[in-house]
Amino acid sequence: MSAPRAFVARAAQATPPGVAVRMRGLSDRAIAWLFVGPTMLLLLAINIFPLIWTLKLSFTNFRANRPNANVLDVGIDNYVSVLTDPDIWLAMQATAHFLFWTIFLQMLIGFALAYLIDRKFRGHGFWTTMILIPMMLSPAVVGNFWAFLYQPQTGLFNYAVSFLTGIPPSSFEMIGSVRLAPWAIVIVDTWMWTPYVMLICLAGLRSIPDYIYEAAEVDRASKWRQFLSITLPMVLPFIMLAVLFRGIENFKMFDMVNLLTSGGPGSTTELASITLKREAFEKWRTGYSSAFAIILFVAVFGLANIYVKALNHVKNR
Amino acid sequence: MSLGISSAHSVVEPSDRTRFIAGALVALYALITIVPLVWIVLTGFKTPPDSISYPPKILFTPSAEGYCNLFTTRSRQTPEYIAALPPPTDTCDKVARNANMVVAGPSNYVPRFINSLIIAFGSTVLSVGFGVMAAYAFSRFKVPFKDDLLFFILSTRMMPPIAVAIPIYLMYRELGLSDTRLGMILLYSAVNVSLAVWLLKGFIDEIPREYEEAAMVDGYTRLQAFRKVVLPQATTGIVATAIFCLIFAWNEYAFAVLLTSGTAQTAPPFIPIIIGEGGQDWPAVAAGTTLFLIPILVFTILLRKHLLRGITFGAVRK
Repeated sequence: MSAPRAFVARAAQATPPGVAVRMRGLSDRAIAWLFVGPTMLLLLAINIFPLIWTLKLSFTNFRANRPNANVLDVGIDNYVSVLTDPDIWLAMQATAHFLFWTIFLQMLIGFALAYLIDRKFRGHGFWTTMILIPMMLSPAVVGNFWAFLYQPQTGLFNYAVSFLTGIPPSSFEMIGSVRLAPWAIVIVDTWMWTPYVMLICLAGLRSIPDYIYEAAEVDRASKWRQFLSITLPMVLPFIMLAVLFRGIENFKMFDMVNLLTSGGPGSTTELASITLKREAFEKWRTGYSSAFAIILFVAVFGLANIYVKALNHVKNR
Repeated sequence: MSLGISSAHSVVEPSDRTRFIAGALVALYALITIVPLVWIVLTGFKTPPDSISYPPKILFTPSAEGYCNLFTTRSRQTPEYIAALPPPTDTCDKVARNANMVVAGPSNYVPRFINSLIIAFGSTVLSVGFGVMAAYAFSRFKVPFKDDLLFFILSTRMMPPIAVAIPIYLMYRELGLSDTRLGMILLYSAVNVSLAVWLLKGFIDEIPREYEEAAMVDGYTRLQAFRKVVLPQATTGIVATAIFCLIFAWNEYAFAVLLTSGTAQTAPPFIPIIIGEGGQDWPAVAAGTTLFLIPILVFTILLRKHLLRGITFGAVRK
């Protein structure tokens, strides 16, 4: 380093931060506004403005396919009819079933896989990458090609199940049967998103320092005891984070299920978003569907907030 | 470690036998996971009857029919008409003639694929550009209500896309943006900018402030320091963020199916509606899917190191 540059470097260390900052060009405050501005404008235009518009529409009987019809202010009527509509409650039930089982299975299998991969066997990098592929795919495309795998009689899934269990493949239809369709979407979602949970759990497992296990070994704690008292509690915040992200995503699940079953048969797999789409873009009940959209948003937002509080509580324990 | 614990290998190191069992189980899961994908790739090379045969055919004579049906539209003709035609000039002509058809023209797959590319890249440039600026401001300056703004940016991701689709649909109709690439680019940018800000803030936080301060003492302005010191340092992070935004925009379906119908339609709503004679043309769908997945597979391998950060908005780091 030449002498002048060395001097500048020393001067830089000696100068308190902030002194040089205001010397030339735009002030930091101006730059901060300039830099945050575009993002905020974009979000205001394409997120907040539409959301406020949805809120406004939710109090009217507006129909987007008849823009010239008289728009009446109907007060909270839309909200009342959404909350008393048995179809909506069926959709919420389907969503709850989907949420519970996908989260349960994904956490179970995802954690188990992460636990195994953490043994660092030969080639674990290669197999981990293979496992990660499904979650990078387009949910719509996944839904579409699983519809192919689920084809009654000729689908690969039916063939594999009948090969392993001996049940004739023509005796069950995954997406055509009222009993099996809710499980068909759970299977695909689990196939697709278990890697996501696995990755988060793996980060959790890798964050546990070895010395804790060594200390436990000194205390002659059994492997099982170590698992219960060290591994599980240390990974818990990570698992909870995975539940949060999967929960939010699956609560608004639309693409994969729309392509796989489009809500059928009957309304057995009609999740909240699918009902919303039907009401808004097929029946064109814009006011009614706006009210439902607002209710869903408040529910996700509220539940997520409560959950984050619980998560922070666990983290800071 | 003393205290009677063998120092030959640490207590936390699994034994060879454990490793072998773990490896075998994980490999088994990975193979089962990958079967549906391999099946789709294979189906792209089958004939329609082979694709729906029972039992499913693992060994089959490869056929170009799926890819030809994906890229062309065909019309049925009488055998006499076909016999009178000059000999077929390319593979797809030949395939069509065998089924008593002639190639009528190109299909919509290529334009839809190009739309996907333009919209994905366009929105990525915009959201990463805005994201890197906002992330820098959030990382370095005292922005009023910083935490609230950051949380607000994150919370835009909690909205079900369909909840805002109605007003966006109405708004776009008014502005003439519906079914345009520009409209979709703006929309996907708004959805992606939250991820970009959160991820990039993490990456920029890791660059020591001293670099910029030294540069400013050297006579750079704040903006020059940002451009010549911070941006080059953040390149890896910017590339990783860009790929995540690309993948999201590439995969998006809900907005695409609700807000586009023709000129700006992307590939995800298009692939499932490829219909042959007698129902869905599965080999063509599989061929379209395979081509559509290739960029994602490449990106997944490139992104391995950053994957965790990207999917958790930087909330977890490896």
